[in-house]
Amino acid sequence: MSTGAKRAPERKSKNEPEKDGAANGENPAANADDTETKAPMRDTTGTDAELRKELLRSMLVQRRFEERCAEAYALGKIGGFCHLYIGQEAISTGVMSMLRPDDYVITAYRDHGQALARGVSPRAIMAELFGKSDGCSGGKGGSMHLFDKATNFLGGHGIVGGHVPVAAGVAFAIKYRRRNQVCVCFFGEAAVNIGAFHETLNMASLWDLPAIFIIENNRYGMGTSISRSTANEDVVVRAKGYRMIGESVDGQDVFAVRECMARATERARKEKRPTLIEMRTYRFMGHSMSDAVSGTYRTKDELEENMKRDPILLLHNLIHEAGELTEGELHKIDDDAKAVAQDAWDFADASPEPAAEELYTDILVDTTS
Amino acid sequence: MAVVTYRDALTQALREELQRDDRVFLMGEEVAQYNGAYKVSKGLLDEFGPMRIVDTPITELGFAGIGVGAAMVGLRPIVEFMTWNFALLAIDQVVNAAAKMLYMSGGQYKMPMVFRGPNGAALQLSAQHSQAWESWLAHIPGLKVLTPGTPADAKGLLKSAIRDDNPVVFLEGEMLYNTKGEVPDGEHIVPIGVAEVKREGSDCSIITHGKMVLVAMKVADELAKEGITLDVVDLRTIRPMDVEAIAASVQKTNRAVVVEEGWELCGVGAQVVDFIQRECFDDLDAPVIRVHQEDVPMPYAKNLERLAKPDAAKTLAAVKKVLYLD
Repeated sequence: MSTGAKRAPERKSKNEPEKDGAANGENPAANADDTETKAPMRDTTGTDAELRKELLRSMLVQRRFEERCAEAYALGKIGGFCHLYIGQEAISTGVMSMLRPDDYVITAYRDHGQALARGVSPRAIMAELFGKSDGCSGGKGGSMHLFDKATNFLGGHGIVGGHVPVAAGVAFAIKYRRRNQVCVCFFGEAAVNIGAFHETLNMASLWDLPAIFIIENNRYGMGTSISRSTANEDVVVRAKGYRMIGESVDGQDVFAVRECMARATERARKEKRPTLIEMRTYRFMGHSMSDAVSGTYRTKDELEENMKRDPILLLHNLIHEAGELTEGELHKIDDDAKAVAQDAWDFADASPEPAAEELYTDILVDTTS
Repeated sequence: MAVVTYRDALTQALREELQRDDRVFLMGEEVAQYNGAYKVSKGLLDEFGPMRIVDTPITELGFAGIGVGAAMVGLRPIVEFMTWNFALLAIDQVVNAAAKMLYMSGGQYKMPMVFRGPNGAALQLSAQHSQAWESWLAHIPGLKVLTPGTPADAKGLLKSAIRDDNPVVFLEGEMLYNTKGEVPDGEHIVPIGVAEVKREGSDCSIITHGKMVLVAMKVADELAKEGITLDVVDLRTIRPMDVEAIAASVQKTNRAVVVEEGWELCGVGAQVVDFIQRECFDDLDAPVIRVHQEDVPMPYAKNLERLAKPDAAKTLAAVKKVLYLD
């Protein structure tokens, strides 16, 4: 299912850090943007119509699910912090579609989309958000701490950058056991200024750990834009400092995400080398449910401009233009996604609250080895 | 029973557990080629190789996190901090990751790992290198906190810590590494959460842990000459704390002095005194007195450092006070 013969020449140069545009002080991201705006979402190499339909379905489930999350939050069914992923779904879908079931995934607190794309039950996720006993973390984690051992989904973590070394530890265990799995770690661009990120990249490269570090660059760490927080906005250049391959891709293009992941997983499994990937994206909602969609830190124009590159819209149009699915068939996918969200809501609503005794369980285990 | 140093007792525990379970590995600064900053891991690299005895860069937060990740997927890391003072750089991994993972995952991810290293003051290392962290760490649900004061307890508790499926904080004493004591031959395990009465007596209880156990024993020897006998309770584990052992001793002696290396405010002793007032309210013949470090950063100058530290003289004075003999 590997993508990308078409882009091979371009890819080659990115595989060699010495020739990376970023290393020469250029911003390859800026150049890439120009090309991609002219001809977005054209490179579907290696995918067939059935797969493209599946990718669309995966993204739509996340979108419809999270629209219901916003509604549930307004109704007080979801409490605490709730960070929506809307606008970034091509990343979760593209990345997960390139992983094996025995690979590992770990992420930060904006974790609903990734959990859904990884295959965690929508019912268990919604029940977790509702603080119910059937939640994927038993109602003890909430929005920021979705965990699912069955799919090797190692959590949603709430301290910016704190889970980045944990990912390297999982990769260390893979190496220790001489397996060929990979560990994928998601975090936002603001995490690249955290010490843990740098400590981890150093050790991951030094020790040849099979980890893939994905910077989801949505350009804002809460309300602070990357230009106000980061001395060098070309975040992927940081790979160079740790003798690691770094790539930057259009995170709104699910095929670009997949292609890049094909290279990174191959590198991890065969060469046992880590990769740092910047996936350029944009979040269409506020940082969390407690701030307005555009807020005081970005303009409506900017938001609207970015929403033109809605990853779902782009894929939808591509499938439609190619005549692969009729309007009716596309509607059916969307209706099914809405039904998944409704079913999750109903399930979560009906699930009981955790029993009072659960307060004191899962603090320690009673076992020894 | 062989007489061994605290250091060698720890090395024995590490070696035996590394032999017993190949999921166990040791990582930290200078643990491999250098044989350990305090030589606790001496010879282990040769025996177990670099995949299991892992030298790290100076990057406490990073390698503590690597331990957390490895434990999440079933390895059993022992993360060595050169001192617990440096572990402050890694506290996010200890407190926010290791201690919380089981709970916030609803019981899915247990964390079988040990964070260990020297804790408390040595000699003239001044403010940043002379701190006792047990009260901070014991505050956190999801951790177990151990403070062995003797070679036998060091070995037996470390073996228990490595076998435990929970994150265990293991606080060694920098000044204890060279101390000697009898360690039982063969398999020696000390259970977590069980205090030990290190000296039986009837006039006053001393409740203490870690390095201060030796101070308490010295005071007990001293007062025995005056015909005063002390019941010395070594907590050994700070979390979970053996409240029954504390109560049993105080109900016997009706008086208590609580001794610790750390500062007074919100210290381990504050919790011990709280247990005593709840469990032994009617048994007390005198207010409980605490002995602890003075409420100052540790000074460098020899005379000032001596004044700052809890010691035998301060402990002896406290005992006399609760016995109304001062």
